[in-house]
Amino acid sequence: MRITLVGQPNCGKSTIFNHVAGYKAITSNFPGKTVKYSISKMTFQGMTSDIVDLPGSYSMTSFDLAELEARKYLLREKIDVVINVIDASLLGRGLELTLQLLELNLPTVICLNMIDEAEAKGIIIDTDKLSRLLGVPIVTTIAHKGWGLNKLFETAFKVGQKSAKSESLNFSKDVEQVIKDLSEDIKKTDYTEKFNVPHRFLATKLLENDQDFIDEIKKKDTEFIKTVQGYQHQLEQCRDRSSDEVVSSERHHLSMQLYESVVKLSKPKKEIRNYLDSVLMHPVFGYISLVVIMYLFFNFVFYVGAIFEEPLLDFFYQFLPYAEETLGADSLLYHIVSGVVQGLAGGIAIVLPFLFPFLLGLAFLEDTGYLPRVAYLMDTFLHRIGLHGKAIIPLILGYGCTVPAVMATRILESERDRFITSVLTTMIPCAARITIIFGLVAFYLGPKAAIFVFVFNIIVVAIAGKILSNIMPEITPGMILEIPAYHVPSIKILLSKVWLRMKEFIVIAWPLLIIGSVVLSLLKHWNLEGFINQLISPVTLLLGLPVAVGVTLIFGVLRKELSMVMLVQALGVANISTVMSSTQIMTFTIFVLFYVPCVATIAVLIKEIGSKRTLFAIIFTFLIAIILATITRFVY
Amino acid sequence: MIVSLTDVKSGSKVRVARIKGGLGIRQRLNCLGIHSGDVMLLQKSGFMRGPVLVNIHGNQVALGRGIATKILVEVD
Ligand SMILES: Nc1nc2c(ncn2[C@@H]2O[C@H](COP(=O)(O)OP(=O)(O)OP(=O)(O)O)[C@@H](O)[C@H]2O)c(=O)[nH]1
Ligand SMILES: [Mg+2]
Repeated sequence: MRITLVGQPNCGKSTIFNHVAGYKAITSNFPGKTVKYSISKMTFQGMTSDIVDLPGSYSMTSFDLAELEARKYLLREKIDVVINVIDASLLGRGLELTLQLLELNLPTVICLNMIDEAEAKGIIIDTDKLSRLLGVPIVTTIAHKGWGLNKLFETAFKVGQKSAKSESLNFSKDVEQVIKDLSEDIKKTDYTEKFNVPHRFLATKLLENDQDFIDEIKKKDTEFIKTVQGYQHQLEQCRDRSSDEVVSSERHHLSMQLYESVVKLSKPKKEIRNYLDSVLMHPVFGYISLVVIMYLFFNFVFYVGAIFEEPLLDFFYQFLPYAEETLGADSLLYHIVSGVVQGLAGGIAIVLPFLFPFLLGLAFLEDTGYLPRVAYLMDTFLHRIGLHGKAIIPLILGYGCTVPAVMATRILESERDRFITSVLTTMIPCAARITIIFGLVAFYLGPKAAIFVFVFNIIVVAIAGKILSNIMPEITPGMILEIPAYHVPSIKILLSKVWLRMKEFIVIAWPLLIIGSVVLSLLKHWNLEGFINQLISPVTLLLGLPVAVGVTLIFGVLRKELSMVMLVQALGVANISTVMSSTQIMTFTIFVLFYVPCVATIAVLIKEIGSKRTLFAIIFTFLIAIILATITRFVY
Repeated sequence: MIVSLTDVKSGSKVRVARIKGGLGIRQRLNCLGIHSGDVMLLQKSGFMRGPVLVNIHGNQVALGRGIATKILVEVD
């Protein structure tokens, strides 16, 4: 059996998915986190099933790649049960998607999630009545607390076993008649089999001018398109509006009618969060708050990290003299042992102390719902570099990891915006590079220097954005973004999310770090290191860096953490400031910040924007890195 | 009086009269619950050519300047 979670963005689908699949899909409080479906096995009371988490979509017409993915999955894959998740606090709007899902005639259960939010807004829903009107079972839930989810899956399995098909609801008589007539014409063709959708669904979509279906039919059958246009014309005549508007306003009215007949409104609760936006989105205080929040975030990461970095480094490095004594400084074994120790030390002492607080802070901001507010505040600035506010979301996620950030560009509507934003996200310091900024710049040159690096980075990204949008001048479609209510994050979900992201570091980066360190040790042992450094010396000499740094730049392409962690080893000292001047440390950081994305990023870039444009991104960022680092060498 | 959404003061209640622009923008606004005939509250008018914030059916939606100019509304 295959159960599929469908619903509008930010209604809690992934939270429900994670409840039965383990924390696998990232959840946060802004629309459009899930951009790719995930599938998992689940068992419930001895029964097993597949469960699929789809990206959110506002309607069955898709406007961005994430919505398109959801639509494709719904229309093309075999689905045994649809769980239509609705944010109960936005019931009226949610029902518009529900009405379209019912037209698909699939076994359906409705999950009215966020009942707590609805109550806070004073919305009380008569679920029995709604269930009768829609003809499908309804379960109420509070997903992040797990409340009601057992009942939900019990119902889903029951519906799946009975395979009870949903029925569509009817619009006003005159509109319904046109839909019926078109349906009859569709029945005479093989389009319902071809597209694998019921004829009524196809009829309404065609009347709505659904681009995908129309284009597909246009290719072979212009005759049929004429028939469709005839019906569209009929609709236009009876309502004096374009046919897509007629259908969507019918749906809107039907939803509103349903909403009004099942909802009792009472007084909304008085809560502090209702007043937060008058400060956080204020034309003046909004920006001040943004700066203050970022500053607090920075200090949190820096002070937590600094407490742990030094004692941990000392702890690991105390073993080295001991190993040198017993194994002999020139022995192969000593080189391997010291490689392993330094790899371990790099992971535990340099990366983790900063990575954990950083990811925790990011998760906190994501779950409260602050990010869409930042998008709102930044929209006007992003317009000046030819993008719009929504692009800030991938850019902020870029501070976590570039790979999901590049994927998050799927929430942008235009291809050009996706390309520009993808290139820019690769220049945002990801958690790995942030540990470099903290572990190297803040640690040796002080927190002010680190803040300078972050601010400088933002300026460079803005200028790069301006350059790219001048190369590709096109007007961006403009922002349409829902600003969800603030939530108090759940500690358990925060920690699960941090763990999911750290796991990536622990299982992929760390082994690489240890292997990398051993390889470097072996290179040193066989005196091959010098050869590689020689190859890279044009860069290191230009930047005025110690030649020994060269090899770390190669490793940095694998994983950005490697370049700093291995710097310690390549230079052969625990305290870098003894062999590198402040200028050199800054130059190195600026170079590593921008040069060539890591392998994982290159892979995802190829998938999202194609290999030619990826090559462009690589060259573009490399040039920026070289130019800026050279300047740093002479002016810092 | 019919004006564009960008010409309305913060805090005013307006009724959507018409959505200019093509099918794409109209459908996208429809999806977020904004249809002609709907009443919405303009919570924040844009500053520095920034986006406007509207409250529609109890939900906040931010609309970029370019989009907001295409929404014609009735004010009384
Ligand atoms: N108050 C409240 N919050 C919830 C509830 N269910 C989920 N949330 C929170 O709502 C936010 C959105 O949940 P997600 O599961 O990420 O939503 P989604 O439907 O997967 O969203 P997209 O992938 O963007 O379509 C998260 O911060 C959740 O913790 C609920 O019942 N009540
Ligand atoms: Mg999701």
